[in-house]
Amino acid sequence: MTKTINLTLKIWRQSGPGSKGRLETYIANTISTDMSFLEMLDVVNEQLTLDGKEPIAFDYDCREGICGQCGCVVNGRPHGPENGTTLCQLHMRHFSDGDTIFVEPFRARAFKIVKDLVIDRSPLDKIIQAGGYISASTGGCQDANAILIPQDTAEKAMDAAACIGCGACVAACPNASAMLFVSAKVSHLVLLPQGRPEAAQRVVSMLKTMDELCFGNCSNERECEAECPKEISIINIARMNREYIKAGIASTVQ
Amino acid sequence: MQWIFDFFGSSVGKKLMMALTGLCFIGFLTGHLIGNLTLYGGRDAFNAYAEHLHALGPVITLVEWGLLTLAAIHVFTGMLLFLQNLKARPVRYAINKSGGGRTISSALMPYTGFAILLFLIYHLLQFHFVDKTFTTIYDIVSLAFANVLNISFYIIAMVVVALHIRHGFWSLFQTLGANHPKYMPMVMGGSLVFSLIFGIGFGFLPVYISFSG
Repeated sequence: MTKTINLTLKIWRQSGPGSKGRLETYIANTISTDMSFLEMLDVVNEQLTLDGKEPIAFDYDCREGICGQCGCVVNGRPHGPENGTTLCQLHMRHFSDGDTIFVEPFRARAFKIVKDLVIDRSPLDKIIQAGGYISASTGGCQDANAILIPQDTAEKAMDAAACIGCGACVAACPNASAMLFVSAKVSHLVLLPQGRPEAAQRVVSMLKTMDELCFGNCSNERECEAECPKEISIINIARMNREYIKAGIASTVQ
Repeated sequence: MQWIFDFFGSSVGKKLMMALTGLCFIGFLTGHLIGNLTLYGGRDAFNAYAEHLHALGPVITLVEWGLLTLAAIHVFTGMLLFLQNLKARPVRYAINKSGGGRTISSALMPYTGFAILLFLIYHLLQFHFVDKTFTTIYDIVSLAFANVLNISFYIIAMVVVALHIRHGFWSLFQTLGANHPKYMPMVMGGSLVFSLIFGIGFGFLPVYISFSG
């Protein structure tokens, strides 16, 4: 027998980027605890559509926790109360009957609200673009094991590469800084030999772009690593700081 | 030369300035506390310490101007970071909840910093920019700490300083890129130890003086 719960939802509604938004109240009754948070919103939207009302716009894609497209702030926490979980993988069994749930979009000056809970994450793409390329040899294929990478290094690079670019770090940061995101992208390339040749230029360009896009400054509050659905550590931020210092004072990169 | 401004003008560069100046202040506080411990030696020991210090003449003046410059950088950069960070999220959340990263000390950093600035001005006016022709520094100190209000004010100020160091100390290592699985637990421990040493070390002095005075 499936357990069901009744909820009161306070959801941010905003018709467009420039318009004024507000929290609106919705009742969601007989929600199965086996549903994901997004499926619960689907149920609410079905009812709104039947009632002839505008459904709530929210972002999603894979619903498997790997694409980085979904994400809202649920009761003050990006991707909800569970650690290491994206919103699509958050299940309603973590809520109780009669709960009131506040759902807000990820808020930052750099993330414009497109509609309701949908935000424009393209500033994160711009930071990645600023990172540029890695040098790769052309010509015949070299032996797969020609470049040796210790297992431990490969693991660290992979931990950083686990970043799905969802923007929860920005949403969680009291300063709306994107340092965890940028440091994950910098780290996953800089740890590997293939990422070393352009390391100095990459870190300087990515940070410059982050600053230009009006993200805040890191003050080591550690909210980002606490909320990251991929549990990326702030040790990456320290690594990026090191790379930035090296690039700034010891390389010829301007 | 432009690269220097670009380097320190970026978000990480500004944090580096905060970290480096902060590290200097930890060094200064260590010296200040060791010197102040002569208060436990009584009137002559403390006055002798002050005399020896002032006998250094131009060295002291140089250090004073140096500290003033560092303070100017720390305060100005801190304010800039605070304002930029406020602007980075123009619409606030209706519900704010910590995921467990934030501490009281980290959340209050800009406010404890500003409070310390105000305290510093008061502290300098009370003990530094004061006519010492017909009196000694020990008499000024013991007279000041005969007042219960003044003692309480200093103790509260030292709690604020301890809170600021609690986050500032480990944070400066992180900003300088010194985060290593082997050493970070020690840095974190050091953060607590330093904040307690400065908080209790300075905070207990007014109490001691008022009872011994």
